[in-house]
Amino acid sequence: MRLSRKYWTAAAAFAAALAWPARADAHLVTTGLGPVYDGIGHWATTPEDIIPVVALAILAGLRGAQTGRRLMFIVPVTWLFGGLVGMLIATPPELSRPVLSGIISATFLAPGLLALSDLPVPSVAVAVLAAIVGVVHGFLDAGGLRSEGATTTVGILQFVGMTLELFVLMTLLAAFVLSLRQPWTRVAARVAGSWIAAAGLLLLGWSLRGVG
Amino acid sequence: MKKNPLRNSRNFAVWFWALTVLLLLSASPADAHIIHGEPVSFRSGFLHPLSGWDHIIAMVAVGIWGAQLGAPAIWVLPVTFPMIMSFGGFLGLIRVPLPGGEHFVEFGIALSGVLLGAMVLFEARPKLWVAAFTVGLFGLCHGYAHGYELPDGESGLYYSCGFVLATGLLHLAGITIGLIHRWSLGRVALRVCGAAILMGGLYFLYQAFQPEPEEPAAKSAALAPARMSSYETFS
Repeated sequence: MRLSRKYWTAAAAFAAALAWPARADAHLVTTGLGPVYDGIGHWATTPEDIIPVVALAILAGLRGAQTGRRLMFIVPVTWLFGGLVGMLIATPPELSRPVLSGIISATFLAPGLLALSDLPVPSVAVAVLAAIVGVVHGFLDAGGLRSEGATTTVGILQFVGMTLELFVLMTLLAAFVLSLRQPWTRVAARVAGSWIAAAGLLLLGWSLRGVG
Repeated sequence: MKKNPLRNSRNFAVWFWALTVLLLLSASPADAHIIHGEPVSFRSGFLHPLSGWDHIIAMVAVGIWGAQLGAPAIWVLPVTFPMIMSFGGFLGLIRVPLPGGEHFVEFGIALSGVLLGAMVLFEARPKLWVAAFTVGLFGLCHGYAHGYELPDGESGLYYSCGFVLATGLLHLAGITIGLIHRWSLGRVALRVCGAAILMGGLYFLYQAFQPEPEEPAAKSAALAPARMSSYETFS
């Protein structure tokens, strides 16, 4: 059987990719493309920020289109708000690692458990939870940026990058979960929520032990 | 008019996957979080549930048993086990004493292989809550042991993520094996798997009742002066 031209093109793309060297110096991110992209790079390499958003997106997708549409905007906007507050108004306090882990574990546990249980939680309640997660993480991120010596302007631009990335991730993931029709695929989404909640529970243990 | 190459869904899939793989392959190791040791923590968390066969056979058995029982047990059991195991890990981390203490945990872990293997071997079909309770109880023992022995100095977040991911993947492996249940020969093969797990569990149960071996630290301390003296002789 003769392979079509398209397959050869795809094969060529593979070969090109293999020969394409690149190096990423993530955290203290310097993409060389400016602070907006540095913010995108920073957020994309921070699991403690990504995982709660994934949990919220799963929850939003499971709760239906209306909740999904709300969270698409609420999470990025509240994250940006928390970041702006941390950069412009109130300097976030220096938190010890266990305290930080305790706060982060709560943002894993709450959406993860709600996704696992698939309880008919009102859309407004999910929106409030998402807003709390967004504000808290944005504020903590501002503290992280300040401790890394970011100026206010750079910090705000980084938050613009993070917000854009958050919007894209929330939209894609929530839409993906919403599109799941087969019962087992929805179960898989709930299982993912349970894994996030389980990781949050362990993290809470680390935090209470004082070594998080 | 020229045909749009992306109009055909198959063409689109080819291009989509080519682009996806291209982007994935173009990424290279990131020098992320250079000092904090997070990648090490993720790896050690991921490897921890894989570090002992007593844990592995129990987790795989849960997946197989769930697959034998079918919906909803196929997902209820593998969700129950990691959640309760994490709860056990949480209790172990904060050093909450369990009734029966260390022996309860050790005995529970050893017994989990025996009972779960027997469930698979005999294709036991108890009520869902009984199955979930059984699995949860064993999950508590496994989790407590893991939590109690978690090392300090790791990143809790990365360790926890690796730990839960590995546990979940072990269950998935069990479920995948259990999917052969739809064929008659597969059902027989699963029962053989159950028998093997049962045998393994019996071995671990036997080990659990053996007296504690001499402390390696004490042994090395006893040998240390001799080693030191010979070293001093050579130097």
